[in-house]
Amino acid sequence: MSPATEFFNEMFGNGDSPRSPYRDYCQWFEGEDGRRLQAKASEAESIFRTTGITFNVYGDDDAAERLIPFDLVPRIISGREWSRLVKGIEQRVLAINAFLEDIYNHREILKAGRLPQHLIAENSAFVGQMLGFRPPGGVYTHIVGVDIVRTGPDEFHVLEDNARTPSGVSYMLENRETMLHMFPELFGQVQVERVRDYPRSLRMSLEACAPDACTDRPNVAVLTPGLMNSAYFEHSFLADQMGAELVESSDLQVVDGRVAMRTTQGYRPIDVLYRRIDDDFVDPLSFRPDSLLGVPGLIDVYRAGGITLANAPGTGIADDKAVYSYMPEIIEFYSGGPPLLDNVETWRCAEPAHLSHVLANIEDMVVKEVHGSGGYGMLVGPAASSEEIADFVDKLKANPDNYIAQPTLALSTVPILTEKGLAPRHVDLRPFVLVSPNRVHITPGGLTRVALTEGSLVVNSSQGGGTKDTWVLADEY
Amino acid sequence: MLGKTAGGLFWMFRYLERSDNLARLIDAGVNIAAGTTSDPADVWRSVLISAGVSDDRISHESPTVHQVIEELLCDPDNPSSVRAMIAQARNAGRMVRTALSRETWESVNRCWITLDDLLDHRLNERDIQNALVEIRRQSALVHGSMHGTMLRDDDFAFCRLGTCIERADYTARILDVKYYVLLPTAFHVGSPLDNVQWETILRSVSAHQSYLWLHQGEISAAGIAEFLILDDRMPRSIAFSVKKMASNLRYLEQIYEQRHRSHDLIDSMMDELAETKIDDVINNGLHEFIQMLGGRNAELAQQIEADYRFYH
Repeated sequence: MSPATEFFNEMFGNGDSPRSPYRDYCQWFEGEDGRRLQAKASEAESIFRTTGITFNVYGDDDAAERLIPFDLVPRIISGREWSRLVKGIEQRVLAINAFLEDIYNHREILKAGRLPQHLIAENSAFVGQMLGFRPPGGVYTHIVGVDIVRTGPDEFHVLEDNARTPSGVSYMLENRETMLHMFPELFGQVQVERVRDYPRSLRMSLEACAPDACTDRPNVAVLTPGLMNSAYFEHSFLADQMGAELVESSDLQVVDGRVAMRTTQGYRPIDVLYRRIDDDFVDPLSFRPDSLLGVPGLIDVYRAGGITLANAPGTGIADDKAVYSYMPEIIEFYSGGPPLLDNVETWRCAEPAHLSHVLANIEDMVVKEVHGSGGYGMLVGPAASSEEIADFVDKLKANPDNYIAQPTLALSTVPILTEKGLAPRHVDLRPFVLVSPNRVHITPGGLTRVALTEGSLVVNSSQGGGTKDTWVLADEY
Repeated sequence: MLGKTAGGLFWMFRYLERSDNLARLIDAGVNIAAGTTSDPADVWRSVLISAGVSDDRISHESPTVHQVIEELLCDPDNPSSVRAMIAQARNAGRMVRTALSRETWESVNRCWITLDDLLDHRLNERDIQNALVEIRRQSALVHGSMHGTMLRDDDFAFCRLGTCIERADYTARILDVKYYVLLPTAFHVGSPLDNVQWETILRSVSAHQSYLWLHQGEISAAGIAEFLILDDRMPRSIAFSVKKMASNLRYLEQIYEQRHRSHDLIDSMMDELAETKIDDVINNGLHEFIQMLGGRNAELAQQIEADYRFYH
């Protein structure tokens, strides 16, 4: 493992004094008593428990609810850094929507030869029912989470686009609420942009995409797989904050050409459904016939303009990791200019030359499944044992199309509070992006995930990661 | 509002009320067992029977406070223990999270966190009082935040219906289990009631003090039965619960502009209670009357579930 000094420390840069975005915070921190902060850390835990921000781990039989660890040192981004990110994210998200519209309609990008045909034709995330259909307002990805990593003072890369059902926004909101509750005085000393408006913006954004059948104020609902889902808290939280109903498939039925929910007064149609269920499960008539989570006939209603689904089915072709490797071409094709935010260099194992490069350098690379997520099914070369590497080499040779590889990134660090004081840990960032017909809205903040184990580069909560409050400073624009 | 949500609120408050009642019943047992010369086993047997534990599960020798603690308070696998019921109330709350005010949700969640931890350890006899106080306190906090922060709309009405159905049911049940205590004395007006028995009844609905106040300390079978069935000033009486159910159902009828069969049921319950005289009840059979009321109550609960589409 490389020595820690190689990594960019966001609080201290490579010196001893704080970088400017952290100056006010560090001044406050200096004046704090270490024991008080430790006590605050356990107070935070009890706040999270009481609020019920817990999750269930897949495959965990004891069914106990877990907390994602919260670190109370914020991750701070200057207004200037943020405005640069915003421009790059906007460009990227608009390109993703243009790409989806193109793929499901005229396919100009394929005709122009900028993307190999098989990437779409053989893509399991492709949804045939979307062909020739334009969703209400032309919006495919109403909500996007763009995962960003930082490797230096001016170096930001997009690691991943989440264009299906990105999660984690409740942590962005609750982390801030918890910080405001514990350190109200701190927010008087540092001017931090608000994140609290996200649920309202989300509702407005969804309402702006109401279907033709909607004649009144749109009725918005959140569709959850149910109590046992690991993100159930988030689903109920967002429904609550938006003033929307939280529904399960057992509450829904197609009635008179509309998708309707069973209320105490009979069935009432839904206009916009923010669904937190994967494509495969939304409609057993159109997708997996064994799905108990979906609504039979939903897709027919959708195609007839009776309901808006957010996100649209089939957006997964824009965020799988093989398509990701073409994002620079995709952005250039639709925006007419070079990408403002870089991709991470990506080797497509499906191509023989790339595969041999990956096999030769596997100890230094991160290998991921094309459709994987959540940190499952990946290999972090520098941290892996020789058995694990040999195992992955076999998998790669057997099924190269299923993998991409990237160099191990020198992820930036932000200190966390440990029993011995501050200690640097690697972080990434997921800002949340809302797309409506006329605008892209990015909440100033996001979810900062942090690898709590010293030296670890894996930030996923399923792999022992934690979260931090993310501050975008109101000055310095 | 979703039918499922109405059902979740209704059941959340039923479970909460049921666990609260059970804590009161055990508390009555503790008090009486401590202050009487009679055999504590009799007291605990009576508590277990009142709590609805089936005969074959009660140890025949002599039930002890330990069996009560284990069975009725701590056992997570016994669906009618306080611990299991609190978990069910909280789970229902999680399901209807969007219909609860944040404070109400947090109070029911905290109730579960606190009690699940408290009842996780094998409680000993010395801790039982504190545990019972805590159970009632947590339940009061949930009711307090509900009353203090929730909109008075249909959500609220379903919470209240759940509470009142359960309360009427419990009061009817406690009277039914004890009717044999009250009944014989009806023919011997003036003869003293068994101290232990009437105290169990009154204390288990927390009506001990108010009864003594209203009756200037005079204890009689008819007096207790009338108090718990017909006195609508008493917040755990059947008359009170029925009156509250009626007003909440009437509210739903108004805002939904829909009258259902449950409205007919509650109206006839109200009418019958208004015409009922306690002497007739006792002469015609207290047990039969209570059975009839309990049956009406159960029918009403089912009708509400159907009328407001709790399930498919």
